[in-house]
Amino acid sequence: MMAWIAELLIAGLLIVGAFFLLVGSFGLAKLPDMMRRLHAPTKATTLGIGALLIASMLYFLIVLGLFSFHELLITLFLFITAPVTAHLVSKAYLLRHLALRKDLPDVEASGGWATLGQASQDRQRHEP
Amino acid sequence: MGTRFLPQPILTLVIAGVWMALANDVSLGHAVLGLALGLVIPLVTQAYWPERPRFKNPWRIIDFTLVVLWDIVVSNIQVAQLVLFRRGDSLRSQFVRVPLALTNAEAITILAGTITMTPGTISADLSADGTAILVHCLETDDPDGTVNAIKERYERRLMEIFA
Amino acid sequence: MIATACVIAFVAISLSLLLNLYRLAVGPHALDRVLALDTMVINSIGLIVVLGIWFGVTIFFEAALLFAMVGFLSTVAFCKYLLRGNVIE
Repeated sequence: MMAWIAELLIAGLLIVGAFFLLVGSFGLAKLPDMMRRLHAPTKATTLGIGALLIASMLYFLIVLGLFSFHELLITLFLFITAPVTAHLVSKAYLLRHLALRKDLPDVEASGGWATLGQASQDRQRHEP
Repeated sequence: MGTRFLPQPILTLVIAGVWMALANDVSLGHAVLGLALGLVIPLVTQAYWPERPRFKNPWRIIDFTLVVLWDIVVSNIQVAQLVLFRRGDSLRSQFVRVPLALTNAEAITILAGTITMTPGTISADLSADGTAILVHCLETDDPDGTVNAIKERYERRLMEIFA
Repeated sequence: MIATACVIAFVAISLSLLLNLYRLAVGPHALDRVLALDTMVINSIGLIVVLGIWFGVTIFFEAALLFAMVGFLSTVAFCKYLLRGNVIE
């Protein structure tokens, strides 16, 4: 009975994880513009990978009797790196996309947004 | 916190834990090897980061982590619903500005990461002097409400953790 | 039951890789392609993890870990290049 419940749990986690990975990629393919597209992969994929890795940990622990916990390391690594990736992609997109700038809230008082401030400095450097 | 030969006790423990996770083995031999690495690596790399975060109340990190993990699960389900059941054009997404009360660089980094991982928001940029974060919301009616939610839920907790 | 779940997961992840490939081919902007590559790396990590369960071996996790690191670094390098025109200044 216990083994059956464990198998059900592992199978459920596998399917949930694969479902979230699929939703993330579907959002990437479906949503209309870049900033909206960025939401789907960064969020959905981290939970998807997390569920798959927990399933694998439980599988090796319960079914095969091996104590394996380096999956935690991959989960931790992805949870740390996913926001960094998203931040860098959006910074590069803000810099490269001039049409977007009129939608940004104004922060002249604190020196402008960091990415765009850098761009204007570069322009000054190149055009003395 | 920390002495001359043990500058960062927490980092030492983290390195030992990561070593044992990499070896995928909890045994005395790997614990000793991990602790040895944890003693040597902070000493060698100490020159590269002279300043380190000061904590006011480190135990609140547990509380914060649990809140964030719960919000990650909730945010995934919300974003999945929006992606699956809404037309992409009908999402009311916009940029909002979140003014920061935090001044600590580590705390701002953690806040930016948290904003990206939690419901429908992505931190897109920081202002040049570090007093505001540019946040992109996937679906919002009420920008001020989103800003207040971020400040109430995460920034207040981070201010309790960091000195 | 686990074997069936593995097969379903294989199919779903392969489908998402195809969707990423679509975005990689179509993506109007260079950053769309970077994002598609990043998502492909994450999906491949998922595929490797499910393969590890399918074969019942833990040795695939080293591959998954290395893949995660290489994928993150390459995404950061691409973004840095598009931000500054240089990878290392």
